[in-house]
Amino acid sequence: MIELEGLTKRYGEKLAVDDLTFTVRPGMVTGFLGPNGAGKSTTMRMMLGLDRPTAGDVRIDGQHYDRLKDPLKYIGALLDAKAMHGGRSARNHLLCLAQSNGIPGRRVAEVLDTVGLTAVARKKAKGFSLGMGQRLGIAGALLGDPRILMFDEPVNGLDPEGIHWIRNLMKSLAAQGRTVFVSSHLMSEMALTADHLVVIGQGRLLADTSMADFIAQNSRSYVRVRTPQRERLLDVLHLAGVTVVESGSGVLEADGGSAEQIGELAAQHQIVLHELSPQQASLEEAFMQLTAGSVEYHAHTDAPYDVPPPAAQQAQQPQPRQWGDDWNRSRR
Amino acid sequence: MTAAQVVQSEWTKIRSVASTVWTLSLAVVVTVALGMLISALSSNEFDNMSTKDRLSFDPTFISFAGMSLGQLAMIVFGVLVVSNEYSTGMIRTSLAAVPQRGTFLFSKIAVATALALAVGLVTSFVAFFLGQAMLGSHRAEIGDPHVLRAVIGGGVYMTLIAVFSMGVAAMLRSPMLSLGILMPFFFLISNILGNVDATKKIGRYLPDQAGSKIMQVITPIDDDTPYGPWGGLGIMALWVIAVLVGGYVLLKRRDA
Repeated sequence: MIELEGLTKRYGEKLAVDDLTFTVRPGMVTGFLGPNGAGKSTTMRMMLGLDRPTAGDVRIDGQHYDRLKDPLKYIGALLDAKAMHGGRSARNHLLCLAQSNGIPGRRVAEVLDTVGLTAVARKKAKGFSLGMGQRLGIAGALLGDPRILMFDEPVNGLDPEGIHWIRNLMKSLAAQGRTVFVSSHLMSEMALTADHLVVIGQGRLLADTSMADFIAQNSRSYVRVRTPQRERLLDVLHLAGVTVVESGSGVLEADGGSAEQIGELAAQHQIVLHELSPQQASLEEAFMQLTAGSVEYHAHTDAPYDVPPPAAQQAQQPQPRQWGDDWNRSRR
Repeated sequence: MTAAQVVQSEWTKIRSVASTVWTLSLAVVVTVALGMLISALSSNEFDNMSTKDRLSFDPTFISFAGMSLGQLAMIVFGVLVVSNEYSTGMIRTSLAAVPQRGTFLFSKIAVATALALAVGLVTSFVAFFLGQAMLGSHRAEIGDPHVLRAVIGGGVYMTLIAVFSMGVAAMLRSPMLSLGILMPFFFLISNILGNVDATKKIGRYLPDQAGSKIMQVITPIDDDTPYGPWGGLGIMALWVIAVLVGGYVLLKRRDA
């Protein structure tokens, strides 16, 4: 269990992490989601005692990180794949970590086997691909057989096979009752692995919810309808109790009615339909909506991000903002 | 976690990177080879020397002449041992494994110091014996007064240079910045300050100028240095302690 209480980190004028309070529970994968620069890595470094919080507290199983005896036996972390000396062999890299925490040397061979690096155990880490480096980092996290595991963007730069492997690894670790905390900036990735979701933007907590609730609340399903007889259809749907949102260029989005129901209503009243299609707003869109106000770096376009077609016409589309808004916001 | 575990871990770290081997071998080879060359040249020059120079002739000190260059390899060793952690990103992994930063830093420095002392002493004895062989009839014997002190002192001097560099690297973190300051300082600036009359009085309190006094057996005739061999080594040790404290305080305070 990891408990954060009012965790805050300030770099000069800028608040990187702003009063975060949440708990990471055992037995499940907790996704830590936020756009680039939201403060995920800073938060994780503070959890490991690498960065000192400006205010607030983090406790690992009730203790401060630097009070843990042999911390690798409590919590294993993959921060970034290249946090190792490239001139050292994979085996020696793990051996020096094991020795510092009194972990028996045979664990080195075991974790190398777990991550599939036995064949290159004596090779220098600088010759490793990003995926192999990532695997070696994960081997280091698993070394002390810890109850808590923490991965910062573990799928970054991995090939599909590696991504699949990491997903399964995280799920199996959680299934063994361990606490698994994994950060990502990709909602789609989290949707596949996480049971619980903590979302931050510009260092602030935006959501702390179970994945199921997040999906239920945020994945709006609706039926997209186009018709030349717009007024008549609106009347008909209104009478039938179906909420309709007009989203420009003659497209109607009907909430709370199935495609079958709308199609039958239109047939009864002899209304011509040009399009009748059920739609589901993706979780990625829901995530972008949630964090839209707190995106740290975005491309210099009129909209804060490139919105895929269905969402482009959604009513809740954020106002186009001016270049520099975020900068001003972050200076407050 | 015990300090013994961390020391063992740091030993694994230091023996598993190539830079340890090449910096230390270079220190031995350069110090011994240059010492032999200068000893041979001095031996040939002896007959052309003035009486004053002959009276100041210190065969032991001459056989350590290679240290002026060999110490640069020791500096590289000391800097790399510490700053490798930062330049590779290993520091975050290391401090996550050993969050007690004092234990981490001083275990690392203890291991590197022990290794540097072993190599330094071997270098110093080899440089002495091979240097004396080159000096022929002008040679000193290991049993002569103060000679053993000078030879052991030579190994200690090289060790302290390495430890000083570790402390500086712990403060500066970047290997390039640390080497960029230490190499010209010890190779040029310190020598200039110590040889120009106007700055001589300050120059002789610099770590290398003071520390190298331990290798002198015969005090030059017009020497007015206000400290002896042990005093000089003490001054050098104070410098080393100062940078180590600085490195520790900064490591303790900084975000990794």
